[in-house]
Amino acid sequence: MTTTRMLAMGRAELLLLSRNKMALYVALLLPAFMAWAMRNGISKIDPEDAGMSVNEIALTGAFGYILLFVVYQNLVSSLVARREELVLKRLRTGEASDVEILAGTALPSVAVALAQCVVLLVAGIAWLDLRAVTRPDLLLAGLVLGLAMSIALAAVTTVIAKTVESAQLVTTPLMVVSLMGSGLVVPVEIFPDTVAEVCRLLPLTPVVELMRGGWLGGMDAGEALRSLATALAWTALAVFAVRRWFRWEPRR
Amino acid sequence: MDIGDSVIDVTGLRRRYGPAGGKGFEAVRDVSFTVGRGELFALLGTNGAGKTSTVELLEGLARPTGGRVRVLGHDPYAERRVVRPRVGMMLQEGGFPSDLTAAETVRMWAGCTTGARPVDEALGLVKLAKRRDVRVKQLSGGERRRLDLALALIGRPEVLFLDEPTTGLDPEARHDTWELVRRLRADGTTVLLTTHYLEEAEALADRLAIMREGQVVVTGSPGEVIGAYPARIRFAMPPGWFVGDLPPLGELGVLRHEETDGRIELQTHELQRTLTGLLVWARDKGLELDGLDARTASLEEAFLAIAGAGAPTGASETSGAVGTNTGRGER
Repeated sequence: MTTTRMLAMGRAELLLLSRNKMALYVALLLPAFMAWAMRNGISKIDPEDAGMSVNEIALTGAFGYILLFVVYQNLVSSLVARREELVLKRLRTGEASDVEILAGTALPSVAVALAQCVVLLVAGIAWLDLRAVTRPDLLLAGLVLGLAMSIALAAVTTVIAKTVESAQLVTTPLMVVSLMGSGLVVPVEIFPDTVAEVCRLLPLTPVVELMRGGWLGGMDAGEALRSLATALAWTALAVFAVRRWFRWEPRR
Repeated sequence: MDIGDSVIDVTGLRRRYGPAGGKGFEAVRDVSFTVGRGELFALLGTNGAGKTSTVELLEGLARPTGGRVRVLGHDPYAERRVVRPRVGMMLQEGGFPSDLTAAETVRMWAGCTTGARPVDEALGLVKLAKRRDVRVKQLSGGERRRLDLALALIGRPEVLFLDEPTTGLDPEARHDTWELVRRLRADGTTVLLTTHYLEEAEALADRLAIMREGQVVVTGSPGEVIGAYPARIRFAMPPGWFVGDLPPLGELGVLRHEETDGRIELQTHELQRTLTGLLVWARDKGLELDGLDARTASLEEAFLAIAGAGAPTGASETSGAVGTNTGRGER
C-alpha cells in the first residue's frame, strides 16, 4: 500500500513537473549545461594537481549538479508550492504517512536524477573513455546518501521560504557553498590543506567524493569511512531538523 | 468499553495553543459529546468558537491537550492507521495543485485511499463529471468545494467530517450537496458537520451542539434547541395606553416583557394562549395594535442568544428538554 500511495503522489507530481516549463528546463538541461560550461574553467587550472583529467572532474562533478538542481532546488520549489496551496495539509488528512507524502512528492525528482546519473555513467564510459566503475558499492552509497540528504535538506529549506517566489532565493546559500566548496567545479584536493579540510565538512562534499571515488577509484578505506560518516551525519541532522521544524501548512 | 453504538465519543476534550499560562490560548475547553451510528451531528458556533479546533482533534490531525477522543472505538491520532481508511474528511479550505485537472486530482487521491471508488463515479457523485478535464485553477470556488467533497467520499467512509462543506456554493449546488449528504446518511454514514448556515443545520442535523468560547453550551435536536427559546409577540402600544393596562401578563403566559419607545415585546412559551388573550383584550377595548408581529423562535434566534457574546435575553428563565447551561448567562 505504501508503494501504491507513493506512486499515486509521484505520478501527480510528475504531471505537475511536466506542466512547469521552467522547472522542467532546470531539471532536464541545467546539470548537463553546467558540466559543459564548467569544463572550460577546469581546463585552465591544471587538473593534474588533483590527479584527474578534465573530463573526469567535469563528469563526476555533474553528480553534484544533478543533486543540487534536479533534487534539491526543484524539490524546495514544489514543496513550498504544495504547502502554500494547502496540498500538504490536505494530503495529511488521508491515509498516507508524513514520510510517504514527502517521498511521494520527491519521487519524480529522484527518478529524473537517477536517469541522469545513468546517462552520465554511460556517456562517460562509452564516449569519453572514462574507466569503468571501480567501486560500485561506494558509488551507490554516495548516490543513496546524496539523494536522502538532498531531499531532507530541501524539506528543511522550505521552512524559511514564505512564498514560491522566495523558494528560489532560499536555495542560494547551499547552492553557492556547494558549487564553490564541495568539489563540483574544482576538486577540493586543489585547495590548500586547511581549506580542503573545511570543505570536506560541507554536506555535499562527502557525497561527491564517494561517487567520484566509487567511479574513478583511488579512495582508501579511511577516506571512504570518513566520507560515509560525514554524509550520514549531515543526513541525520537534516532529518532531525525536518522532524522538528517542517511546516505542513502556510504560516497564518 | 462504554462506547455502545456511538461512533464518535468525546470526553473532557481540551486543546491549547502555545504555552501553559497566560501566554497560551485554550481554544477547546472541556468539550464532551457523542455521535451515534448513522447520525448527522452539526457543530455550530461563531468564528473562533472552537469548531475547527475541535474537528481537527476528531480527525486525528492534532493531539488533544487533555481529554479523550474515540472515533469508531479508536484514538484517531495515535491509531491513525486503523481509523483513516474508515473516515473521510473535508477541510474548511481544500488544497489541490492548481495545475492538475479534476480527474487527475481524484485519481491521485484514489491511489492514496483503500477501496477507492472509480474516478468517474466519485466525480459523478458531486456532479463534476462534465468538468473532469478542467484544471483546478479554472474551477469555480463552488466546484472546488464539490471536488473536495468527492475526495472525502472516495473511500466510502463510515464516518464523514465536513468542515463548512457548502461555503461558497450557489443555492442549487447547496441543495444538491444536502441531498447527497442525506443519501449518505440514509446509507448509514455517520456525519459530523460544521456550518455557518443555520438553515443547513436545521435541515440536515439529527442533533446539534452550539459552541461558544471553546465550550459546548447547548446540545440537542434542532427542535429541542429551538423549543427552549420563547416565542415573541411585538406590537406598538396605542397612544395613551400603557403596559399596566394590559391584562395580568402572568395569566397570559408571558415570561417577560420589554418596552422600548412605545413598542412592546412579550416572550412566551405558549404563543397561542398569549396571543389570543392579547387580541381579545384589544378587541374588547376597540384598539388597533400597530405593527403586530408574532413568531416562534428560530434556530437563528436560539443561536444568536446562545452563541452571542452578550447575556442571552430570557435565557435565565428558560429550562426544559435541552441540556443547557454550562455557563450560559456568564460573562
